[in-house]
Formats: sequence, C-alpha cells, structure tokens
Amino acid sequence: MKILVCAKQIPDLASKLGPDTANLWLDETDLPFQINEYDEYAVEEAVKLKEQRGAEPTELTVLSVGPPRVLEMLKKALAMGCDRGVHIEDDESSTKDPWQIASLIAAYAEKENFDIIFTGMQSQDRGSAQVGPTLAEALGYACATTVIAFGLEGGVITAERELEGGARSVVKLKPPAVITCELGLNTPRYPTLPNIMKARKKPIAVLKSAELGVESPRLITEKFYAPVRKGGGLVLEGEAAGLAGKVIEILKERTTVLRG
Amino acid sequence: MKALLVFEYRRGKLTEGNSELIDFAAGLCAQCAGVLIGEESALPAFEGKLYLGDIAVCKEYGPELHADIILQAAQKENPDYIIFTHAPYGWDLAPRVAAKLKAAQISEITGLSDGKFEVGCCSGKMRRLVRPATPRAVLTLQEGAFPFTGKAGGTPEVEKLVPTGTGSGPELAGFKEAEKHGLDLSGAEVIVSAGRGVGKKDNIPVIAELAAALKGEMGASRPVVDAGWLEHTRQVGATGQVVSPKLYVACGISGAIQHLSGMRNSEFIVAINKDKEAPISEIADVMVITDLMPFVAALTAQLKKI
Repeated sequence: MKILVCAKQIPDLASKLGPDTANLWLDETDLPFQINEYDEYAVEEAVKLKEQRGAEPTELTVLSVGPPRVLEMLKKALAMGCDRGVHIEDDESSTKDPWQIASLIAAYAEKENFDIIFTGMQSQDRGSAQVGPTLAEALGYACATTVIAFGLEGGVITAERELEGGARSVVKLKPPAVITCELGLNTPRYPTLPNIMKARKKPIAVLKSAELGVESPRLITEKFYAPVRKGGGLVLEGEAAGLAGKVIEILKERTTVLRG
Repeated sequence: MKALLVFEYRRGKLTEGNSELIDFAAGLCAQCAGVLIGEESALPAFEGKLYLGDIAVCKEYGPELHADIILQAAQKENPDYIIFTHAPYGWDLAPRVAAKLKAAQISEITGLSDGKFEVGCCSGKMRRLVRPATPRAVLTLQEGAFPFTGKAGGTPEVEKLVPTGTGSGPELAGFKEAEKHGLDLSGAEVIVSAGRGVGKKDNIPVIAELAAALKGEMGASRPVVDAGWLEHTRQVGATGQVVSPKLYVACGISGAIQHLSGMRNSEFIVAINKDKEAPISEIADVMVITDLMPFVAALTAQLKKI
C-alpha cells in the first residue's frame, strides 16, 4: 500500500503579525514556522496506519509545497515515522491559491497511484479548507472531510466526520481516497531522539513547481491587512499582583459576581 | 447578478445557517434561487425558485449525488455565485462543486467591499480582500459574520430534480450523537475557561482554583480538550456548549471563531493573554496582557481574602 500525507508549514500565529511591503501576505521576517496543526494529526494518522499494517508492505511519503524552510518540517514528519519526503520547491507558494497548490500536488501524485492520501482539514493561516477535496477531484479519488475517527478494515475505510454541536456522521468509502483530518483525531507523537537520528538518512526528493506545471490562478488577492478593531475593551498591562487588584476592582464595579 | 443558495437539511430539519444565506444574497443585491436536498415538508422561506433533490434518493450525506443536483441547478440558473455556509456541509461540498465548474472558491467570507470579498485568515487575526478570476465563483460564508435581519420570507416555487448519476464515493452509515453533557454550563453565572496558553495539564488545577474562588464552573477551549487536559463536556464553542454567564474569564484563549461563537454573549468578559492582538480582544471587556499562570495565582489569592 502507498500512503501520502500532505503537510504545510505555517507561521506561529501567536507572533506579532503584519503585512509585507506589497500588502499581499505576511511579512515573514523573524516569524518562527511550524507544522500546520491539522497536518500534524494527518501525519500521525498515516504513521498509525502504517504501524497497524505491521509486516504488510507499506510506503509512507510526506509531501510539502513551499520554500526551502519546509525541509525542517519534512524532517520532523520523517522522524515521526514517514519513510520518505517530497519537497515541491516553490518560493512563491504563499501567493498561490488552493486550486494551484492542489494541482501541483495532483501533478506529482497522479503518477504515484497512492491508495490513501491524508491531509489536514484546513491550514491555520489560510483556512480555506479547499486543498484536500480539490486534490481528490483532480485525481478522481473518493474523499471524506473533517475526519475525527479513522479505520481501515477489509479494504473499506470507516470515517467519522465531525458536525456542529459535537455530533458525528459515520461514512464508508473505498480507496483510493483523500482523508482530511480534524483536530483531535489522535494524539500526535513527539519524535524521539533515535528516530530523529534515523530520519536523517531518509530520502527527500526535491521537485520544482515549474517542472510540475503551475496552473493559472482562480483567485486574486488584492490586499492583506489587520481587521479594524471594534473592541473598545480596557487593556491592562503590568505585573501580576498589581493587575489582580485592578481586575478585582473592575469586577466589583461592573459585575455582580463578587457580591454576597 | 444571480446567486444560487445551497441550503442544508439534516435529520429532518433545515439547519440554522440557511436564513443567513438569504440575507447575504440580499446584501449582494442578487436575484436568488435555491437548491436543497431535503423534503417538501420543510422548505426555506424565500421568494424564488427552489430546486429540490429527494433526500430518500440522495441521502443526507452523499457528496456525489448532492453535487450532481447542485450542478444541475447551476446549469439551469447560470448563477454568478453559488453560496454555501462555511460549516461541515459547505467544507465538504463547495470545493467539489468549484472543481467541477472550474470556478474560484472563496472561503470564510466575513465581509463585502465594492464587489470584492473580505475573508478571515491567520486564526482570525488578519483579513484578505480577494476576488475571483473566473466568471463565476463558489462562496462559503462565515456564520454569524453578517447581521441576521429575519426579514426574508415567502414560499419558493419548487422544481424537483433527479440525480443523473448513481453516485459512487462515500456513503452515509449513520450518525453518532454528541456526548451527553453530564455538565450543563449554560446555567453557570461564572465560567473560567482554560485555553492552550495554560501550557500544560499540570496547570489546570491552578485555573480550577480560580474558578472555585469565583464560585464558578470550569470551561475549556477546543485544544485543551483535544489534548485531553479536560473532558469534552467542558468545551465551550461551536462543537461544545454555548454559554452566556455573567462573567467569562478566558485564560490563555486566543479566540478562534469556533470558540467565540460559544461565548460571545457573556455579559462581561475578562481575557488573559500574552498577545494583545489575539482575536478575543475584539469582544473582551478587559484584556489583561501578562504571564497567565502567575496572574491567575495572584488573582485567586486576592479573591480568597475578600
């Protein structure tokens, strides 16, 4: 069986964020990067599936589209248990729309005949939730989205999809299939030191996006900016003890919860 | 301008986001038609054409057959926009419909500006203004982003559609109910919620002590529940409980839209966060910018002296 997991590297969104000089995306200077959390669940689920298959031949590939910095994330995925990496090198991936990214992945994947492709349900930075199902459409694969429980038995995938209010729908589908992973699907492992060492010997193939063929965009970004802040809330800064006293004064004044 | 609204029907009822679609289309000044895989006994209230796919044939979930019906309706109406809600049904179907139509998809729309669309990104901290490069576009609408006027009404004119294909692909095998809430947070006067900023499970009892000092209940954001630090019954937000206490204290919660939609109606909100620009600052009455754990400990100690 051949399994692919697609992962994106994203900036740490708790950092201070601001637009680049073109006002089209983030100024990436000094931003730390990390694996998109949804994709971390996807990597873990793919590794778990490989482990469950035991002696059955299984090859697990991890793929990412982006500039050279994504190699660091691919190495992490290899240390988590993927067998080999594919880096679709593209310094301008952040300017590409979901259709273009999905098409690049499809151009690579259609020659590989993967049985199951895992990816995050969305990225935390763009949040379009499009790449997984668009990739499935391009490859003609079945697709289950927002998956919070996954199993493969007798050649049939059973997936639970998370719906509003915590309810789930249970769906069945057959490989080849794309599975988009929700947060909480599993508990992603920390790579151990021996596995980090082992991962150094695992191969990472580098392809240029231009070689795969870049489609024309379907979406144009005109501007990237911080939202207008409506919240006129009070902002308090300082050291803990002093702030605690202030907050208690405010609660006494503006709420009834400290009375009686 | 013409819009095709994709309504959702689940387990015998229209879902809640449907009326927002009608209001949004009114805001676009678009002429509206709708498409629904559902039943004639529960139709969305608007004036216009409604294409109805039979739920007994298409089932409640079946992306191939649902897309089949939506594409037939799109062919008949030739809309500029095909509009879904940005929720599990739309997440699943919109990209498939967009791909089949070779159309742009614009996800998570939070606003309109001069024929362009404002979409959220970076966990709600930033926005992008985008426009389609294709003649028509598929849109998914952020729930709650547009004021619900409730003005829409009427009875649509129904045209029934039958799927042309047989539909391979994923099949619905059933539903699982949400975990029974052993704990009902909706009646709590004070809720102190722990978010990712708490840092580790060992810090949860410190937050619990603050909740006790305020005679409140403890809540949690999704990452804390996913990490197993607190049980799901305490989760506040779109996939948890919706609450409106007199006081909501958000400890280390940045304020993902999913969380905000579960607590934005709280009477008074205190948020403690290191990041002044975290989206929760939009709705917090007091934003305390400091190291979370020492502050919570200090607040608990001072409350105990009262």
